[in-house]
Amino acid sequence: MVQPLTPASTKLSVRGLVVRRGPRTILDVPELAVGSGEVLAIVGPNGAGKTTLVLQMALLERPEVGAVFFEDQTVRGRELTLRRRMAVVFQEPLLLDRPALANVEAGLRLRGVGRKERRERALRWLGRFGVEQLARRSSRTLSGGEAQRVSLARAFALEPEVLFLDEPFSALDTPTRAAIIDDLAAVLAETQTTTVLVTHDHDEAARLGHRVAVMIGGRIRQIGQPSDVFGAPADEHVAAFVGVETMAPAKVISRGGGLVVLRAGSHDIEAVDAGVFQRALVCLRPEEVGIAAPGDHEADSSVRNRLQGRVARVLRTGADARVEIDCGFPVIARITRRSLDELGIEPGSPVVATFKATAVHLIPR
Amino acid sequence: MELIWEGLREAIDLLVHNKHDVYEIARRSIYVSGTATLIALVLGVGLGAVIAFKRFPGRMFALALVNTGMGLPPVVVGLVIAILLWRSGPLGQLNWIYSTKAMIIAQAVIATPVITGFTAASLAALHPRLRLQVYALGASRLQMLWLLLQEVRLPLLAAIMAGFGAAISEVGASVMVGGNIPGQTRVLTGAVLLEQSKGNFGAALALGIILLAMMIAVNLLFTWIQLGIRRDAALPMETQAADAGTLVQPWSNR
Amino acid sequence: MPMVHPRWPLAAIASVSIFAALACGGDGDDGSKTPTVPTVNPTTQLTQSAINTQESEGGETPTRVPSPGALPTKASGDIILATTTSTQDSGLLDVLIPMFEDETGYTVKTVAVGSGAAIEQGARGDADVLLVHSPAAEQEMVGEGNGIERTLVMHNDFVIVGPESDPAAVRDEERGDDALSAIAAAQARFISRGDDSGTHALEKKLWIAAAVDPAGQGWYEESGQGMGPTLQIASQKAAYTISDRATYLAQRENLELEIVLEGDPALLNVYHVIVVNPDVHTNVNATGARAFAVWITRADIQQIIGEFGVEEFGEPLFFPDAGKPEPAG
Repeated sequence: MVQPLTPASTKLSVRGLVVRRGPRTILDVPELAVGSGEVLAIVGPNGAGKTTLVLQMALLERPEVGAVFFEDQTVRGRELTLRRRMAVVFQEPLLLDRPALANVEAGLRLRGVGRKERRERALRWLGRFGVEQLARRSSRTLSGGEAQRVSLARAFALEPEVLFLDEPFSALDTPTRAAIIDDLAAVLAETQTTTVLVTHDHDEAARLGHRVAVMIGGRIRQIGQPSDVFGAPADEHVAAFVGVETMAPAKVISRGGGLVVLRAGSHDIEAVDAGVFQRALVCLRPEEVGIAAPGDHEADSSVRNRLQGRVARVLRTGADARVEIDCGFPVIARITRRSLDELGIEPGSPVVATFKATAVHLIPR
Repeated sequence: MELIWEGLREAIDLLVHNKHDVYEIARRSIYVSGTATLIALVLGVGLGAVIAFKRFPGRMFALALVNTGMGLPPVVVGLVIAILLWRSGPLGQLNWIYSTKAMIIAQAVIATPVITGFTAASLAALHPRLRLQVYALGASRLQMLWLLLQEVRLPLLAAIMAGFGAAISEVGASVMVGGNIPGQTRVLTGAVLLEQSKGNFGAALALGIILLAMMIAVNLLFTWIQLGIRRDAALPMETQAADAGTLVQPWSNR
Repeated sequence: MPMVHPRWPLAAIASVSIFAALACGGDGDDGSKTPTVPTVNPTTQLTQSAINTQESEGGETPTRVPSPGALPTKASGDIILATTTSTQDSGLLDVLIPMFEDETGYTVKTVAVGSGAAIEQGARGDADVLLVHSPAAEQEMVGEGNGIERTLVMHNDFVIVGPESDPAAVRDEERGDDALSAIAAAQARFISRGDDSGTHALEKKLWIAAAVDPAGQGWYEESGQGMGPTLQIASQKAAYTISDRATYLAQRENLELEIVLEGDPALLNVYHVIVVNPDVHTNVNATGARAFAVWITRADIQQIIGEFGVEEFGEPLFFPDAGKPEPAG
């Protein structure tokens, strides 16, 4: 997790950006600003328009409607100049058919860097990403991870003022990805480069981004700190996307002392009050929901909510288990396999779903 | 057949004694076809890039046209160009008919679709995102084209060979617009035709053998260049490790 | 929409390259033309013999004989001479043209197509001077005003050739039209030029005289090509054909054909030189055309024509006729 950042100025912004392809609107962003030194992570399902947004902001495509601003000035007329102050890393390494060193130098050459400095910077950045020994190797002979490191080195060697990363690690396997993300996090912290990172991995977004924007259907639905976005989704679409699996419509019954009680189905749910509304969607992340045996009256006063129900489905995933409980409405819990075995439950077993009042996120209706 | 042996013997005889002005004719063949290929290269690469990268209405039609152009009967090309260049034709003022200029034009027209087709196909086969990546590195239009052409240098070399082959082996158009005039516009193919029509089959074969030998020599040169490029691109790990002076790990990590 | 297209700078480069290349391409014509002074570079065996004959007469450069309408000694520029493939194939022009170019400084572009095509080209103004042998078509051209100063140059004759076995017994005939009748009667294979050339025109005249229409008959084939290839086809297929003597003699050793009829006055092959009318076609190099016409009818050149082929074949291939009255028919 990175420390929250209050940028001194806006580096890159868009206004009224609309991109249509035939009858479909694939991008509609009235306003978006990236602060200087900020890492903005953009997440969203496939086809949400994230890549389109990146291409527009990186000045690789021209908008029909709307405009892009660099340091609050329009980019019209100086796209090439500005492109030479930014860098993009795509999902595939997209290296040229030449040695790795030559690939890194190619970008520098295009930007008019002299030969000695090119060589020095290229070698330094290849080293920074741990692939300096591949300098003379033809790009065709590199593995996926090696090539993507070269691609990153190529981008950083340009010392860009804005860096775009479009799902740079999606094509890599897990251990490779973890290692590279570590390196990238360190480099970003050092260089404090303004960065736009597109990813569908929430952990990556939460880890690297100062802010996270959720894009669904070409629109930005929510933008804010990772904890806000992932913990307090603004609407049910965002909620579904960020992994809130339990959403139950409820009506407010009473309020007081910072708490609000809502009725969902036949259950009363206590939650932390968050505004003036009469109806709301009760949202719960699976990790926040526990399971207890029906007769278990172990008192844990912090766990205010105990809903009786029956197990509908059990899904074992890796080291965890996902249990769907029917409480009149579905409640999804995520527990460890060990807990599952200890409870000895199976579809049809009566159980109690437990969660803290603070775990409840309310989306007003 | 002994006619072929006779042809071989006469070929050597022609070369040794420079009969039938064979050196002059051969030099002119290379000059005309080489220039035509050069023009076709510039045009073909430009057109090929446009077809590969730009979406314009009628793009499919253009592609079909290029493919047709590759199979275009050269003699038809020659006839059309002759009609244009005749004194009685629209471009008669230029006085280019029966000159090597006209032959260069005809051969360039024949070779351009070949190179265009190769270029368009090989550029279109590149990763679609590569173009964007190159722009993102900071390339201008021209720089992008230059970089991507380097990416397809192998197929491009093949295209040049194909274009040159088409140009230098062409006879119908070249004779029609050039006139096959001795000392001025006669090239090897025209000379073969002439000797054949006179019944001097030995001489015709000989000239044909010389033409073939020349084409093989040119293609050898280009193939040698091609192999050099391929070799650089795929050095085995051991050799490159020796270059770098380090032991190469199969898996690199910090 | 993608932002950038590579079209315009490349179109500029392309255009510049073309014009640069073509501008330099001009050298290919005039610079590379080696002056084919006959002794240095004989282009055919026939040429060599004719040259030897000429040189032994004791003179490399023919003395200039003043002729009516004589022109300045040295000129420059191109002359397009449209002539026939048989004239070209005989090798006579390989001797004459270099001489003419050396003497006058003109560059002659000799384009050898069939008589029909040559006349057609002249009628369009795409040639400056014609040397052809198709009298009817020539007269029509002059009549239409496209050609002027049609002058008799030389003649040779046509012969009918055929296989040694002579299945149609042509050797028993004396006239060309009778020979063709015999061939038709015997349904012996006959190869025609079929290309509107002078030879073809004469052949058609004979068929008419023989009152035979060979078109569509199984034994009658058209080659559509020049005299050389036509003779080859006739030889390969053991067929009859009409050929000018010069081409036949030049290729005789490669052919399995014999002369089966000759000497009929109707088989005379008459060559004229025609200047394309500069009043009708303004781009014509009339000066050059006339220079050629005057030159080829000059006495000393006529003598060279008359000696062409003697050493090689024991008989001349052409008979000079300049100044003589027009032959009948």
